[in-house]
Amino acid sequence: MGNKQTIFTDEQFEAYQDCTFFTRKEILQLHGRFHELAPHLVPLDYTNQPDIRLPLALIVSMPELKENPFRNRIVEVFSEDGQGNLSFNDFVDMFSALCETAPRELKTIYAFKIYDFNVDNFLCKEDLEKTLNRLTKGELTPEEVNLVCSKAMEEADLDGDSKLSFSDFENMISKAPDFLR
Amino acid sequence: EEEKVGEEKPEVLSPEELEKLKEEVDERKKLISTLRGKPWPMRKKLLTLRESHEFVEKYEGALGKGKSRKLYAYKVMMLKALMGRPYGSMPRKTVPRADEANAMDFAVLWDFGVITNCLFGYAQYSVLFYGYYNSQRAIGWLKFRMPLSYFLVGVGTVAYSYMVVIRTMARNANEDGGGDNNSFNFSWKMFTSWDYLIGNPETADNKFASITTSFKEAILEEQESRKDDNIHLTRFLRVLANFLVLCCLAGSGYLIYFVVRRSQKFALEGLESHSWWERNEVNMVMSLLGMFCPMLFDVISALENYHPRIALQWQLGRIFALFLGNLYTFIIALMDEINLKREEEEVLKLNMTIWEASLYNGTLGVNSTAPPITVHPADIPRGPCWETMVGQEFVRLIVSDTMTTYITLLIGDFLRAVLVRFLNYCWCWDLEAGFPSYSEFDVSGNVLGLIFNQGMIWMGAFYAPCLPALNVLRLHVSMYLQCWAVMCCNVPQERVFKASGSNNFYMAMLLVILFLSTLPAIYTIVTIPPSFDCGPFSGKSRMFDVIQETLESDFPAWFGKVFSYASNPGLVLPFLLLMVLAIYYLQSTSKSYKQANLELKKKLQTVSRTINKVLTLIQHLLYSLCGTCTDIVCSPESKKKGGEHRAHQGKSNHQIPPSATSPPAPRGHRIPGPLPGNQWQPAPSVQRVPNSQRH
Repeated sequence: MGNKQTIFTDEQFEAYQDCTFFTRKEILQLHGRFHELAPHLVPLDYTNQPDIRLPLALIVSMPELKENPFRNRIVEVFSEDGQGNLSFNDFVDMFSALCETAPRELKTIYAFKIYDFNVDNFLCKEDLEKTLNRLTKGELTPEEVNLVCSKAMEEADLDGDSKLSFSDFENMISKAPDFLR
Repeated sequence: EEEKVGEEKPEVLSPEELEKLKEEVDERKKLISTLRGKPWPMRKKLLTLRESHEFVEKYEGALGKGKSRKLYAYKVMMLKALMGRPYGSMPRKTVPRADEANAMDFAVLWDFGVITNCLFGYAQYSVLFYGYYNSQRAIGWLKFRMPLSYFLVGVGTVAYSYMVVIRTMARNANEDGGGDNNSFNFSWKMFTSWDYLIGNPETADNKFASITTSFKEAILEEQESRKDDNIHLTRFLRVLANFLVLCCLAGSGYLIYFVVRRSQKFALEGLESHSWWERNEVNMVMSLLGMFCPMLFDVISALENYHPRIALQWQLGRIFALFLGNLYTFIIALMDEINLKREEEEVLKLNMTIWEASLYNGTLGVNSTAPPITVHPADIPRGPCWETMVGQEFVRLIVSDTMTTYITLLIGDFLRAVLVRFLNYCWCWDLEAGFPSYSEFDVSGNVLGLIFNQGMIWMGAFYAPCLPALNVLRLHVSMYLQCWAVMCCNVPQERVFKASGSNNFYMAMLLVILFLSTLPAIYTIVTIPPSFDCGPFSGKSRMFDVIQETLESDFPAWFGKVFSYASNPGLVLPFLLLMVLAIYYLQSTSKSYKQANLELKKKLQTVSRTINKVLTLIQHLLYSLCGTCTDIVCSPESKKKGGEHRAHQGKSNHQIPPSATSPPAPRGHRIPGPLPGNQWQPAPSVQRVPNSQRH
């Protein structure tokens, strides 16, 4: 395991382990994947914490994200500038939240952010419509889309302001039987 | 006392301040351990981590403990081990909720197969069957009471099965939480249907398709519930459908009876003169009926126009009735065979006395004793053993059922998939989308199959003690085979409705089957005398006499007396009555609790809506009151927030800044929460850590 001497310092490893759900080995693997995306951009030596960011287009080409209808939103949520440019820190953070050992509460928080397309901290009807269209790849007619979104809004909106706040969303998700991901 | 390091003027701390400092340090440590679960950007997490570490190290040193970080970690581990406090690792240790339910259900079905009291045999009349067991009362130097143990294991298995099934049902009912599974139908479909682990394009396409289908079904259901139908036509059609189904069931029952009668005739004529089909007619007919009748029921149910979930439940109920009818017809036929065997037995008993007399060559009178003549055991004519025959019939039934399942799987699924995939290139219409296409994996049908299989095991286990062990083997093989078949040849089900949200529907079926399967066995134990020549109860007039015998010979006399008083009908009947009344009482109280529960839930909803409305109102009021003030205080605040906030807050911030309505937050830090900015949202379960960072 001679590599770890040149990629991260011990302190960096410990910091990552405290801030994410990953082990040392997994962090190294993640660095490998990050490097693979742009070998000429991403340095092999992260000991002096270079500030390299990869654009959205590169990240969503990863096989884990390629088929996901919400891949763009996921990357945007975890990027610092909101445009989808991820540094390695954000990259690790993203996968930590998506991994299986992350608790349900954390995933609920990020799920809300992902579905919030216009980033106003509420899920309004347009957000729901966009979500639905991504999920069904535009196979539903506009009337059907409208019906589904109204029904969903009706079911989950507790405070009657015709948009879903985080508490509405969380209340609804906590009762879902198979919210696993 | 202790000295604070790093201050210009060394201070002496009072005990209260020391205590407070200790508390702060502990809070910091807790923050560090829960850091990974916080929804903050990585940059903030790393910063918080570094600052908390510095704080802890600085002040722990000052408090005289002088621990380094490594020792701290060790201490945390020890604490965890000793006191089990969840320092941030609890989520990892919890079983994912979905798996919990599955694990227990599989364990229920698994438990039953393991109870056996056999060793490995090597002959046809082996340990597998009842006939092998000796009726000797006590075996070996340990005085193992074999007949008693056989009887008790049989009864005990049934009792244990009841307990497990009912316990699982109770647990499922508790988890159900009052059954509001339908309240978030569309929301769940929208937000929880995508599987984030999908990486394969084909799988993704399948998933999109199934999600779209599920939405369309839900939309259809919603639209239908809004329109009224011609109720009379619907009712007439439903009655017609039920009538047709009854005809089917009666027909299949009669067919089985007819076939069993025929096989008895064949048996009398000698089995060798008939073809393979005629020898195995009964089992093949039962299996074939089990395959085709459900399809017929499916077609008939198109008349009924029910909601898909209701239609599924009716379908399952009908298949259940079919299976029961068939099984009971089979048992009645078996009863006839048992009576036949018992008549044989009488005849044989008569012949035995004649044969024995012939051995002595008429040299003895009726009452005198003589030295026993040694005869090779194989020469003694064996009595017909009806119990072993029953056991054998069940084993044959199970084996043929298994074979039918596997062959259906191979032909109906695998061969079909191969044909569709390869003939598609040279066929006029699209085989994959059109007529044959790939077969669906029918979840409810498979669960039913498992339940029925279990019913047959329960029925036959008393007479073929190794049947459960055989079944375990069969279940193993089935699992691997079906696992492969599903991956290789099946497509997901079109219909997305489950028959029941909490699996209690299937559990209820299992319970009914348990009851109905053990009835025949109990009947035979209580009414039919055991064979005189084979099995652990041979020679007794009834099988349960073994209990009587044990009570008399193995227990002290007073025990027998007590037992006979306790089993007096005068005592048992009032007790039964009491239990019935208790059940009635418990049921009515539980109904009233459920009602109260629902009403409370509704109240809670209305109250929460009202509170939210009031809060919004207050928010608007205050905003309009502190108009200009807010502008001045708010702008530097929001600029700072905008810089830290990862998500781009494009729109104007029309929420009240903290300073206007609550004690001012320390500069430069938001109050941590899932969505900073809008404070009026009630905090979810993410912990709020007091902001005690000093600069």
